[in-house]
Amino acid sequence: MKTIQVSVVTPDGPVFEGNAKMVSAKAKSGELGVLPGHIPLVAPLTISAVRVHDVDGKTQYVAVSGGFIEVRPEKVTILAEAAEVAGDIEVDRARAAKERAEKRLAGNKQDNLDATRAEYALKRAINRIDVAAKR
Amino acid sequence: MALRDIKARIDSTKKTMQITKAMEMVSAAKLNRAEQNAKSFGPYVEKIQEVVGSIASGSSNAKHSMLLTRPVKKTGYFVVTADRGLAGAYNSNILRHVYRTIQERHKSADEYALIVIGKVGVNFFKSRKMSILDSITGVADQPSFAEIKAIASKAVGLYADGTFDELYMYYNHFVSAIQSDLTEKKLLPLTDIAATKSNASYEYEPSEDEILEVLLPQYAESLIYGALLDAKAAEHASRMTAMKNATDNANELIGQLTLSFNRERQAAITQEITEIVGGVAALE
Repeated sequence: MKTIQVSVVTPDGPVFEGNAKMVSAKAKSGELGVLPGHIPLVAPLTISAVRVHDVDGKTQYVAVSGGFIEVRPEKVTILAEAAEVAGDIEVDRARAAKERAEKRLAGNKQDNLDATRAEYALKRAINRIDVAAKR
Repeated sequence: MALRDIKARIDSTKKTMQITKAMEMVSAAKLNRAEQNAKSFGPYVEKIQEVVGSIASGSSNAKHSMLLTRPVKKTGYFVVTADRGLAGAYNSNILRHVYRTIQERHKSADEYALIVIGKVGVNFFKSRKMSILDSITGVADQPSFAEIKAIASKAVGLYADGTFDELYMYYNHFVSAIQSDLTEKKLLPLTDIAATKSNASYEYEPSEDEILEVLLPQYAESLIYGALLDAKAAEHASRMTAMKNATDNANELIGQLTLSFNRERQAAITQEITEIVGGVAALE
């Protein structure tokens, strides 16, 4: 069967490397499914889970905090500022991050920049909790 | 000097040497880790560069504010220093250079803005009454991206909203354990993107402009992070070298002191013998 190489890379190093028969990700413009032999493509991603469907029919989940996906016929690279494989996520920390972000959101309504930041932090935390539940 | 004093100095120098030796070994271990960090960061920045380059080389007329040079009213300086001293000329080199550059280029304080990493740098500029726009101190020895994400995106954001019109970065580039080079890098606008010859011409989803919107800030932030990792490696290396020199000097000092200790002791013995002989001679 044809497979496609997948790697998820962050500034702190590679997070995931493997082969897959399909990769699906949520781009800003909508859901994106990539099969081997896809035309070269670049797209920004949302804070979401990247799903890697591997050869044995299993699905691996990787939480990404945005970034973008670069597709080539034989290789998919995801570049995100932070990413975690479902099994590595510390749920307690994600919960704590979620609570912190919620408090900050509730605490200040005036400061726009801070609110946006807190909102992003909240989204990332929720995403990590969701992804962790799927392992 | 009395025998006892020399003995005390030898002891204290030995103790200092133990400390510098320990610090040297700690820095060596940290340098090792720092080099690994820089290595694991490599693939990320290379990939980003590749994609940015291929967009830049494409037939596109994509224009993003971060790619365009605009008239300069205010210049940003991003300075990376350490939190602690005892690292040889690591901090002073960079601070002296930045200070001189600013004095040469700017007449008034409105023409520049400082963003500083590291306690030494913060204190340096504060004591010279230069206002610091933003700073972080206490960066870990093995910094994670999350730690400096805030200051990096703020620096990029300040460029984007027009607070300053160009951004220079100053840090020590790690060359080897005994050498690091002071580096000045123009970070923004991103003018030196090498158009890479990519065999793939990409489809952009949804459009090039929107990709650049995400990609360029991420690229600039990753350059800042890369510089920090580089600077950290240089810091550990120069601390290691400084401590190695200190240990060597202590060793040499102990050698000299031991020599004068022995000489002094021998002089005392000789004197005693002379006195005894003199005394015996007087009795005869």
